[in-house]
This record gives sequence, C-alpha cells and structure tokens, in this order.
Amino acid sequence: MNPSGQSRSSSNSGSAERPNGRSQVLVAGIGMTPVGEHWDVSLRNLALDAMNAAMEDAGGLRPDALYVANMLAPALSGQSHLGALLADFAGLRGIEAATVEAAGASGGVATRQAYLAVASGAVEAALVLGVEKVTDKDSGQVEAALATATDADYEAIQGVTAGAQAALLMRRYLYEHGAPQYALAGFSLVAHENAVANPNAMYRKAISLEQYSKAPMVSDPLNTFDAAPMADGAAALILTRADARQHSQSRPAVEIAGSAVATAAMAAHDLTDPLGLPAGAASVQAALARAAVQTEQIDLFELHDRFSIFAALSLEAAGFAERGGGWLLAKQAEISLNGRIPICTYGGSKARGEPGAATGIYQLAEAASQLQGRAGKNQVSEASVALVQCLGGAGATAATHVLRRVSNGI
Amino acid sequence: MSENHLMRPNRPVGFAGYGAYIPQFRLPASEVARIWTGGQGGLPIVEKAVAGLDEDVITMSIEAARNALARSGVSASEIRAVWVGSESHPYAVKPTSTVVAEAIGATPHTQAADWEFACKAGTEAIQAAIGFVGSGMANYALAIGMDTAQGRPGDALEYTAGAGGAAFLLGPAETALCSIEGSYSFATDTPDFWRRANETYPEHGERFTGEPAYFKHITTAAHSLMESTGTTPSDFRYVVFHQPNTKFPLRVGKELGFREDQIETGLLVPEIGNTYAGSAMVGLTAILDVAEAGDRILMVSYGSGAGSDAFSLQATPLLSVRRSAAPDTLSYIHRRTEIDYATYARFRGKLVTQ
Repeated sequence: MNPSGQSRSSSNSGSAERPNGRSQVLVAGIGMTPVGEHWDVSLRNLALDAMNAAMEDAGGLRPDALYVANMLAPALSGQSHLGALLADFAGLRGIEAATVEAAGASGGVATRQAYLAVASGAVEAALVLGVEKVTDKDSGQVEAALATATDADYEAIQGVTAGAQAALLMRRYLYEHGAPQYALAGFSLVAHENAVANPNAMYRKAISLEQYSKAPMVSDPLNTFDAAPMADGAAALILTRADARQHSQSRPAVEIAGSAVATAAMAAHDLTDPLGLPAGAASVQAALARAAVQTEQIDLFELHDRFSIFAALSLEAAGFAERGGGWLLAKQAEISLNGRIPICTYGGSKARGEPGAATGIYQLAEAASQLQGRAGKNQVSEASVALVQCLGGAGATAATHVLRRVSNGI
Repeated sequence: MSENHLMRPNRPVGFAGYGAYIPQFRLPASEVARIWTGGQGGLPIVEKAVAGLDEDVITMSIEAARNALARSGVSASEIRAVWVGSESHPYAVKPTSTVVAEAIGATPHTQAADWEFACKAGTEAIQAAIGFVGSGMANYALAIGMDTAQGRPGDALEYTAGAGGAAFLLGPAETALCSIEGSYSFATDTPDFWRRANETYPEHGERFTGEPAYFKHITTAAHSLMESTGTTPSDFRYVVFHQPNTKFPLRVGKELGFREDQIETGLLVPEIGNTYAGSAMVGLTAILDVAEAGDRILMVSYGSGAGSDAFSLQATPLLSVRRSAAPDTLSYIHRRTEIDYATYARFRGKLVTQ
C-alpha cells in the first residue's frame, strides 16, 4: 500500500456517479483457490471455494447476479448450464446467472458483462466466477477441447493446437525481429520468480536460464517453459456500485476504471499482421480512453502469458514496447516487480498455473490485491493503476480492464 | 485404532524359501526413445528385462518357484497352495497356477489359483498364504508375483514395462529364512491405471498415477504398519517398494524418512524395469541375498486400482545358510543380452503379421 495515501493516477472523482451517468463500479471482494491438480475436488466444489472466498472478502455481500466464465466444462465434465448449477450450489438459488465463453478471454469478457450490468444500475452486486476443471481427463482430450478455440473448419481440422499456433507465431516473431533463440526466456524466468511467494501458485520455484534452455521442445521453437501448464482453478470477484459498498472495509477501494473487449480475425491465417495482436491493441486503447489513463501511468500489467510469445506481443500491442521490442523488456528485467512495467506479478499463467477461462479472473483478483497493498512479498510499490488483459485463442478476443485504487475511499 | 489393523496370524509365519527369475534380454530405454521421440526427453530407467520368444509368466514362475523350493529344502508335495499373481497370465481363462504346480510337482493335493490386482497381485498372494499357513490349514503355500508387463508402443510405460518376478514359499516361522512380523493392507477405489477385458495394452491417468495413487497408498500403508508395530525407518536395515520407475521409489522412501542406502539394495528398476506384480518381490529377493540375521526389512507393494500391502520382515540365521542353494538375483541381472527395438518388437508380438 502507498503509505502516503497519494494516488499516482490523476483522475479520481471519488463519487458514485460518473459524468456520463454510469455508476462507478468497485471490486468489493476477491477469492482465489490454489491452481493445481485437484484430483479430489469437483468442478462445483472448486467453484464454491472461490465464490465463498469472494463473498466473505466482500463482507458477506450477497450478489444479485452470477456471471460464470468457463470454456471446458461441456467437453471435459459433461456439464453445461453452469450458471444455474453454481448459483444454486453457492446458496444463491433464484438469482440471475449464466455462463460467458470466449475461450481464454472468458474471464475478462465475463467481468465486462458484470461490469456493464452493475454500471447500468440493473444489478447492484454481481459475482463473477471463473472456473476450469481439466485434470479429470487425459492430456489428449484436454488438448482437443482447447483446440476448439481455433477455427474448427479451417484450423483445428488441419491439426492445429493452441501450442502449435503459438509456436508458429513465435517462429515468425524470432524471424521478423532477428531475435535470438532464447529471446523469450525472461518471461518464463520472471513468472517463476514471482510465483515463489504466491500460495495459490502451482510452481513455486524459480528457474534458471540454463533450465529454460534445456527444456524439451513442445513445438519447435516453443519449449515446455514457454507453455503454461493447464490446471484446475477457480477465482471470483464481487463487483458493486460504489454507493452499495460495505463501509466496514478498511482497505482501499479499487474501481474498474476502464473495460473493453475487442475481437479480430478468428483464424491466424486471416490476420494481415499475425504479430500485431489487433484486438489486444484496440481493447487497450478503448479501456485506457474510458479510464482517462495514459500508458505511462500504469504501474503493472497482468497480461496473457499462456505461451511466452503472447507476453511479448501483448507488451508491444499495449504500447509498453516498440514493435519487436517486447522481448527486450524481459531481457532487461523491466518486467520484474521493481521494473518499469511489472507483469505476471503472482507468477502469471506460466507459474501460477493456467486454469483456462478462470485466468482472467485470477489476473483481476491479483491486480486488485496489488492496488490494495495486499500482495505481500509480491507487492509492486505504490501501485495505483493496473492494466489487465486476457486473450482468447491466438488473440481473436481480447478483454482489457483498467483497475484503479480509489485513494480517498468511498 | 491403527493397532487393530495390523495383520498377524496366531501361528507365526515366515519365508521358508525365495527365488527370483529375470529373463536375459535387455531393451535400453534409449532404444524406445530413439524410435518414438527422436532420442529426446529424459529416460525413466537404464534398461528393462524382456522375455524371450519361449518365455511367459508360466515358464518364468516355474523358474522362480524351483529356486524358492531349492532354498527351502521343502518337498513340493508338502505345498498346499500355488498362487500366481500377474497382469500377464497367458490365458484369460485357465489357470497359470495349475501348470506351475504340475511342473514343480505340487499337484494334486493342492490349492491353485491366479491372482489379479495390477502390480500387487503377488503380495496379495503372500497375504493370503500368511493366512493359510498362519491358521494351520497348511504348512506350506507358494506365492508368486511374475509379469511380462505390457506397455503400448510409444506410451510412457513402454520404457519401463519389464519382465521378471519372484516366488516365496510361506511356512512356519521357526524353520523360516525370514520371519514375517506383521502386515497391513490399504486399498481404495482409485482408477489410476487399468486394462479392460480383451484389450492388449493398459491405459493410465497420466500424472494421476503419482500423488493420489502411488504415493498416497504406499505412504499410508508404510506409516500404518510402522505405527502399529511401533517401528520407525531407522529400525529397518532395508526397505523395498513397488518400482514403476527410478524416481518414485526413491522419492517415496525419502518422504517416509528412509536413507538411500536402505533403498538401493532392493532398487532393481534401473536395470530390469518395472516387473509389475513382480516388482517389489524381486527387489526383496536381492535384499535377502545379502541380509544378515536380525536385519529388519520393510516391503511395501503398490497395485493400481489401488492398494498397497506392507510387510515387516526379519532375517533369521538360516538365511545365510540356505541362500546359496539357488542363483542370486544379481546373477540374473548380470546375465544380459542387449536387443534392439526391432528384436523387442518381434519378441513381444508387436508386429501384426496377418
């Protein structure tokens, strides 16, 4: 937490009403379960743990609507209709509830739906839950289910998987920018370093460049340390209107200052500029504009690092690096907790673990923790504005949020 | 509570004899990697033992049983049960055990049965034999764990699925080479590895075979046995676990508080592979080949599906007198003919010729 209570961000009305008539939306509570191989926990129990934790964190606030971010339950658990199932299981029978699916961007897109509902005044408090249960099926089945996030008729049918697609982009990136073989190593190293102190992380171990360089190939040039491990996890947020927030909370309030979703061509071969991440760039610009925040004011960036190449592309698309310069930020340690633009501050998908549709919610919960000064050893000092982005597929969907600490409380 | 779970017969029981058998052919793990991964990736063992064209669980069981009988000095006609635990019984219907019993001269006044519990079918047979002898129903019962293990070509299991096993003749403790102080069995419905009826190769739940399966069952069984016998790892000179690869038994031993020098004597998996139902038992034979009177030994098997049998054993003065009556286990390991993947494919019937 910033001891002086000063916010580095300029615009902060502190009022429940925004000039455009929309209500200010706060993150009133967060909940995260450890990411990992939860052999003995079912989808619904995993979800329940996160929902309960978020509601408790919000001072027992009971939500009026539930937005579930999930991609794989129909394919891997034989379960759709998660809205009704999980609302009931959480003791919220009767409330409005539905699933939002946008592949790896599901968490961010569900949060945007909840944000719109609360901001419009239609819903007073919304629960956003991201949950994914993958370890009940073997890796081939999981890989096939994940490949449904590509264009089934033109990509998946040719045998494209998420890893193969990322490897193609990585190969192109190294070629276009003349980057060396281990150019992206820094992303994996920083993620693992940041996961050491995160009790919810799957791999709480730092790794060395030597370990990275010796890792077996998944899909040349992408090795196992370029790929995040798919795992079970659930995370939840409670969003409320500022005037509905429990006044008992002593920690600083965090608002969703900007929220945007953009899409791009679904199939990678339909993108005129495959390394440009157009949806990522467009959603960042829109979210920053809504928040009236400049790139320079951002204190940390929770980005999508399912594969290391996306970390480089996201940094460039968001404007933190020149085109082709994203990997240099990793090399120059500018993405570390005390660097110019810290990323993956709790380990990211690489080391925290990658729970699919839940990832976007973990990112938002982690960013909110940073802004509230609750990040412990992972604390980014004086963090007051965070950019949070998750991607679906190879960037066909991008959901971006700007979180901001409300310095004077509500 | 745990005191009640210790199994100990009214009449003390021990191993009257023991015998190993390991076929001579070896397939280096690097050969499997050469064919399937272009030589990339880590290798779980050095090499595995492969049965020859004229070998199966029946012939190998007979070899081990003859070794066990030779060390015991007991006449085969005194045996009242011949039990063979395996995942590779040559017939789906028709016992392995009757052929073995006939071959060693234990028929016809004998019980004969085949056991199945993935990789702990052999120690199941030991548990049952303890009851048979311990109750006084019989003086001698033969328990065998033997496999020519299956692994689907290219699967992680193909590196390790080996061939071999051991036979133990259970008899009264007073004339045994090794006494059984007590045993404990732990079983749950845990579907980590299976082979359905009429299928050629087993399937497995990948990493699920580790923590909730192998480690949980072995650790619980070992803890429970030590707790109920009032022992700690330092009370044992040797320990042997089921050995699906080199890493798992070393790690579970360390987690339980055993030193590597307690584990290494019985750790045969790097040289012979995972002999499934024979794995922990053939490891025990290597320990009995060198143990001295009074040495305590802990054996914990693991069978997928899942369960563990844990045994607290103690070598008697007779062991060193009798063990030279049969070839020791190291001599089988050193009897080594390396083969390539093509020969392995032919030996194991992996080429479909019609």
